[in-house]
Amino acid sequence: MMPVPDGLLVLLRDEPKYGYQLATDFTVRTAGRWALNTGQVYTTLDRLARDGFVVPDGTDDTGSRRRYRLTDAGRERADGWLAEAPAAAQARDDLVLRVLLTAAVDPTVAATVIEIQRRQLVSRLQELRRAQRAAGDDLVPRMAADAAATRVEADLHWLDLCDERLRASASTTSTNIATPTLDTADPAEEGRP
Amino acid sequence: MSSSSVLDLDHVVACRPTGRGPVRVVDDLTLSIDAGELVALMGPSGSGKTSVVHLACGLLPPSSGRVSLLGEPIIVGDGARWARARRRTIGVVHQRLDLLPGLSVLDNVALPRLLDRAPVASAHADARAALARVGVGDLAGASPAELSVGEQQRVAVARATVGPRRLVLADEATAALDTASAEMVVELLADLAAGGAAVLLATHDTRLASWADRIVYLCDGREAADPRTSLLPGSSR
Repeated sequence: MMPVPDGLLVLLRDEPKYGYQLATDFTVRTAGRWALNTGQVYTTLDRLARDGFVVPDGTDDTGSRRRYRLTDAGRERADGWLAEAPAAAQARDDLVLRVLLTAAVDPTVAATVIEIQRRQLVSRLQELRRAQRAAGDDLVPRMAADAAATRVEADLHWLDLCDERLRASASTTSTNIATPTLDTADPAEEGRP
Repeated sequence: MSSSSVLDLDHVVACRPTGRGPVRVVDDLTLSIDAGELVALMGPSGSGKTSVVHLACGLLPPSSGRVSLLGEPIIVGDGARWARARRRTIGVVHQRLDLLPGLSVLDNVALPRLLDRAPVASAHADARAALARVGVGDLAGASPAELSVGEQQRVAVARATVGPRRLVLADEATAALDTASAEMVVELLADLAAGGAAVLLATHDTRLASWADRIVYLCDGREAADPRTSLLPGSSR
């Protein structure tokens, strides 16, 4: 789920803001990697107001733009969100699925899939490197580019590990790749005859 | 061969002697690197990366095909003329830093130019420019022992690239470094390419190769096939 409501609450910690201001702030502070439109922001603010996390705080001169500020409950939720661990989605992601679905059945196909995915990730990383270099010493864009790049690096590292495990498994025994069942919760059980 | 290419390998085959006779280490490889381009050579050990680097700096003769530097064929064993051309044109970044402790940072970096009998003033000017390029221009007067490891790495890159180097070769140059230092060195190589040099980076590490403008995947001495083809029906597997 997209943490947009929590992100807006964090932006309101500084001071009360208009919806259009929040949309701009969100986009700028994520170095353009996460753009929000004003309509989306006002819809979210309405919901946050209904649930008691923000309250309207006046309008501008034209009377058409509403400003919002945090309630105590809103501040608590924003601070809580900053402190909590993000949901772990790793084991269900697309890349992992592509490799796992082939590894147990056909290690040769799995090795090919790993090599294909590795090249895809490397070319994505090449693009991110350009963003990193373009950002130079400009702090927020560089940190945003670093965030994206280190995640791709982590995926590449995982592919390298899978590759090594497949090779090691192929060289020690050719029949040791067990198809795990739903009941083998203990990883130590895997691969036992 | 494009007009701005610095290094060209044209259908190159190369062999190395072994106990069981010569073994083909580079097999019909065609590769060209332009000025301003950082090219990574990726592949597992034994795929021919080092042999390509050796071909590029004249340490390994091709058994067939042609290796050219700035449009001129490299002739292995062409004595002094080629040795001089190589010293002036090609910089090699090594794994080990090997700064000389008795010399200042400036003299360490100027050394390749001094050995090339450049006038001292011009060698020092080149050394200052090379040090500035890697962001340590203010360390010229220091002695190597006073530097942090990161600063020594920068100085070593400066020394490898002092003067008008058109081609910079790095063969697993960062293998001995931790990840952060290795990335710093590769980022410096990318800066050199942005400044107009042709850079060839041989590595097995995808994270480092990703700094390149272009990646050439090697397998058994030739350019590796696109792995997607082996998943398609009708392929060899």
